[in-house]
Amino acid sequence: MRILFGGGIAGALAAMIYPAIKFLIPPEEPEAEPDILKVGRKEDFPAGTSKIFKFGRTPVILIHSKASGLLALSATCTHLDCLVQYRDDMGAIWCACHNGKYDLSGKNISGPPPRPLTPFAVKVIRDEIFIAKV
Amino acid sequence: MLAWLNERLGVEKALEWAKHKTVPVHRGTVFYYLGGVSLFLFILQVMSGILLLMYYRVGTDSSYESVRFITTKVDFGWLFRSLHSWTANLFVLFIFLHMFSVFFMKAYRKPRELTWMSGFVLFCLALAFGFSGYLLPWNELAFFATKVGTDIIGEVPGIGSWLLKIVRGGEDVTGATLSRLFGLHVAVLPGITTVMLVLHLAFVQIQGMSHGDQPEKGKTMPFFPNFLLRDMILWLITLNILAVLAVFFPWELGKKADVLASAPAGIKPEWYFLFTYQALKVIPGKILSIPGELVGILLFNLAGILWFLVPFWDAKIPEGKRNRVVNIVGLFAVLFILAMTIWGHWSS
Ligand code: HEM
Ligand code: FES
Repeated sequence: MRILFGGGIAGALAAMIYPAIKFLIPPEEPEAEPDILKVGRKEDFPAGTSKIFKFGRTPVILIHSKASGLLALSATCTHLDCLVQYRDDMGAIWCACHNGKYDLSGKNISGPPPRPLTPFAVKVIRDEIFIAKV
Repeated sequence: MLAWLNERLGVEKALEWAKHKTVPVHRGTVFYYLGGVSLFLFILQVMSGILLLMYYRVGTDSSYESVRFITTKVDFGWLFRSLHSWTANLFVLFIFLHMFSVFFMKAYRKPRELTWMSGFVLFCLALAFGFSGYLLPWNELAFFATKVGTDIIGEVPGIGSWLLKIVRGGEDVTGATLSRLFGLHVAVLPGITTVMLVLHLAFVQIQGMSHGDQPEKGKTMPFFPNFLLRDMILWLITLNILAVLAVFFPWELGKKADVLASAPAGIKPEWYFLFTYQALKVIPGKILSIPGELVGILLFNLAGILWFLVPFWDAKIPEGKRNRVVNIVGLFAVLFILAMTIWGHWSS
């Protein structure tokens, strides 16, 4: 009797909790990852500047460095998800959240970031700049 | 009138009981006011929060705009928003003070284990209130604070990524996150907090005030009216301090969040998360090939659990004797939090 009663209650609870938990997990939204993204013309990006774009779901930072030219990397800090910035004065990529630093190849060089930033390819076709997956 | 109520509700019994309730008087008596002030601040928070709800509209294109509308267009809107923000800060501060004072008075010892534990849950709820409310204006600082704060949840081994999705309403911090934290802030947390508060106060009521390490039969004062009147005066003083803060240091709104802007230089969390923030900042990227922040988070959680369970590991020492270990642990916690907070505040 006890077992039947306890089992009934457990079953009823499970029948309520399971849908609630499933409800809380949002449905997957298939977001088309582009293969290539046009971001603008060469003259819009003078040396020493940078800008963040959305490449599908991923924020990607396009950097025009005096020393290394145009390059693109994932802009999401590998530490705790902040968006990084290009510091022309440091010649490096810097994350303001916990003072993380990466070199221009995306390698984590100081502070808490545990992994490098993922590189993206930059293509210039007739003065138009494109970002693409590598 | 009293007779009418008495016939139906037995008011006299309640009055009779109030006459007998006493508060111990000794050099630690001032600390008995901290919980009361926290309660008062929570009540204020509910009231100002409900007022803000009348104009606040959740959403990535309306949250920031509606808060700006409150502070610039609505009569006294700036006042209530500023009040809600300042009260939030004082609320967390007083809960900290209250918690540490009962810790050092050893008021958690048998039979008050449940009072301590419900109090600890209230402390966590206050932090959750602060964290979820902080995002609601959808400004730049809040956006990154929420990214970092929720990303930490994602570090939980095993179920992290799954929990992260539940909290964020997706992979990233978006309008879905805003909706979820809003629901948490104005419905879930107030509900749970009210229940916990009732339990906490009921436990205090049933057990009476602890004497700390003072002798059991010391001086006392009646709760009603002596202690209650002192309580009220303190509440009034608190309200005045709040009014001065809210009027002369109006809370900033900042820049609207932009999901494609880098985190701004000098970004920092609210003061009550500074010590955890600073600790995460100085922990190296890898400790014995385990990610540093994971080690830090595990240590913080472990410390939290030990703190929660202090009534059970505090060696049973006869009343009136000091337990050195507990005092050292408490002192270490205070010094660690203070040092990390100050360091976090001054470091660039
Ligand atoms: C039933 C209770 C509450 C309701 C209905 C409520 C409602 C609201 C609303 C509508 C906002 C957005 C408007 C704004 O940003 O000013 C807000 C913000 C906020 N709330 Fe609450 N709240 C409640 C309790 C609390 C408590 C107990 C805390 C304390 C820890 C708290 C902390 C905050 C914070 C830090 C903000 C952000 C303030 C800002 O930057 O504007 N709230 N709340
Ligand atoms: S999030 Fe970038 S250093 Fe912490």
